[in-house]
Amino acid sequence: MSERKVIMGNHAVSYGVKLARVQVISAYPITPQTQVVEMLSEMCADAVLAAKFLKVESEHSALAAVIGAATLGVRTFTATSAQGLALMHELVHWSAGSRLPLVMADVNRAMAPGWSIWPDQLDALSQRDTGWLQLYCESNQEILDLTLLAYRLAESLSMPVMVVYDAFVLSHTSEPVEIPDQSEVDAYLPALASRTKLDLKTPAAFGGLTSPEYYFEFRYMMQQAHDRALVLMDEIGAEFGRRFGRNYGALETIDCDDAELILVTAGASSSTTRVVVQERRRRGQNIGIVKLRLFRPFPVDAIRRVLRKARRVAVIDRNLSVGCGGIFAQEIRAALCDLSDRPEILGYVAGLGGRDITLALLNALIDDALERKAEEGYLVFWGLKEETLYVER
Amino acid sequence: MPFKDYLRKRFFPHIWCPGCGHGIVLGCLLRAIEQLAIGKNDVVMVSGIGCSSRICGYVDFHTLHTLHGRALAFATGVKMSVPRLNVIVPMGDGDALAIGGNHFIHAARRNIAMTAIVMNNRTYGMTGGQYSPLSCHGDFATNAPYGNIDHDFDVVELARAAGATFVARSTTFHARQTTEIIRKAIAHPGFAVVEVLSQCPTYYGRKNKQGGAAEMMEWYRDNTTPVGSKAKQQNPTLIERGIFVQDAGKPEYCCEYKKLVERARRGAS
Repeated sequence: MSERKVIMGNHAVSYGVKLARVQVISAYPITPQTQVVEMLSEMCADAVLAAKFLKVESEHSALAAVIGAATLGVRTFTATSAQGLALMHELVHWSAGSRLPLVMADVNRAMAPGWSIWPDQLDALSQRDTGWLQLYCESNQEILDLTLLAYRLAESLSMPVMVVYDAFVLSHTSEPVEIPDQSEVDAYLPALASRTKLDLKTPAAFGGLTSPEYYFEFRYMMQQAHDRALVLMDEIGAEFGRRFGRNYGALETIDCDDAELILVTAGASSSTTRVVVQERRRRGQNIGIVKLRLFRPFPVDAIRRVLRKARRVAVIDRNLSVGCGGIFAQEIRAALCDLSDRPEILGYVAGLGGRDITLALLNALIDDALERKAEEGYLVFWGLKEETLYVER
Repeated sequence: MPFKDYLRKRFFPHIWCPGCGHGIVLGCLLRAIEQLAIGKNDVVMVSGIGCSSRICGYVDFHTLHTLHGRALAFATGVKMSVPRLNVIVPMGDGDALAIGGNHFIHAARRNIAMTAIVMNNRTYGMTGGQYSPLSCHGDFATNAPYGNIDHDFDVVELARAAGATFVARSTTFHARQTTEIIRKAIAHPGFAVVEVLSQCPTYYGRKNKQGGAAEMMEWYRDNTTPVGSKAKQQNPTLIERGIFVQDAGKPEYCCEYKKLVERARRGAS
């Protein structure tokens, strides 16, 4: 029997990892992630979870340790945030190139300096070119569910998957979460049979020098795995729905069929956006939402299908690639650029460093998005303090 | 200058928990700087991340609040650029010896004239009381509910072995001695390491049933002994405190660099 508990986002991950019967966990403390592994260490200590828990001397070592464990063919987990993920970067590349089915939780937190512990998507998005799949969560339920789904994806593709959710807004906020029954999860997620594993009976060399004769093909095969992931995401997301009653696809579309304006969101602010859009619908405005769940691989075809019908698209990025703009906006522009009947795309950057994305802020953003001249909408900083608008010279 | 003038009063009250030992370390550090009559503008304090690193916010020197574990690496760049500056690097045990352990041993090996203060509360306080590389075997922590199976570093032995030329240990109970040791460490012409046992009643004390701040400080009083004392011979479990290494003769890194440049120039001309 599944049970319903009121738990914070961090503990939703812990429950997911427990249900996934993870065998080796390694991590290093960092706010706002620490509670994830703290609860897991208790589960291990209390023998509720038969995993080995390894607290190491840095995040770099944590990811190295789970790479080592996964090479032996066991199911692993690690979690981190912001600076911790940046410190892991070398191994983030390494684990994807090694085709290891790792799962990691990243609590979206702004990059320093200035020191910040609050939400911002740049930490995870800075890893977008590594080969890791990335899933963005809107609620604590989604965190738990996508943790389970991440293992299915990772192990089907021999590719690592990152489950990403907002600092504090989700990590430390309690919500009711349906915790599935263990036997149901076992049926959904069978024991790991890793394809990239060190076989103790047959010695092999891992991580060898790869000449130009082979390297290129290895990268091509990683791309093929990501191509398969697009199909697989919808399949195993639908299977999840049949088993647990909650469906997951690469995108979630809300009221897009007749929408003149579509807002594109990712993460917890999607919920706030839903509330605002519902109210607008009641007032007769045709506005829809596309929620990005899977960001790597980027679901280009699905995005084209849903967005091409709109007159306008406003992308809300809680991140900034300095010198270019919001990262989701960039990718959406790239996905749509060769369509002849593409919508106008406005790029809004909001809520950096944990500044709240409120109902009022989104309402004003919608008003702006309906009015603004398209040629002035490439990069709009939304919610800046007025007095700082022209500081840098 | 009265030592209180070294504080950035606008950042008070501080965020350390009631009973935390780090405020005592801050007091000792400021008194040491006052005794040395060093001007505010001649001190650069570089910290990493953790409860210890908050110290940087509270002092009115040049302060760099840097990345977790990397304070010594940042500080090395500061010192090399302007060697006349007094570079002081307060760190926690996780900061200095776990994620920053590599920088710690290499700064010691290089013998660059900086003062590393390891505020050892044997836990990661800021993230909620996880065990650190200075938590003892068998200690309890939020992530070691049945006891820690890791072994701890002896900071003094590690610093000595890595080549530090001033190595000392004190406790927050022995505040006067801590002030004196930090004063000597700052004046020392080489890499100086000062470990100060600093109580964390909130996590380490509570998890290990060591009582409140006062009891933890009494434990420091009753379980430490001056280095080389007879008491240590009779009771080897006592923790020695005092100055273990003080060698002003080993060449210092910035001085060596300068000499190297001069030598190279002479050779070139």
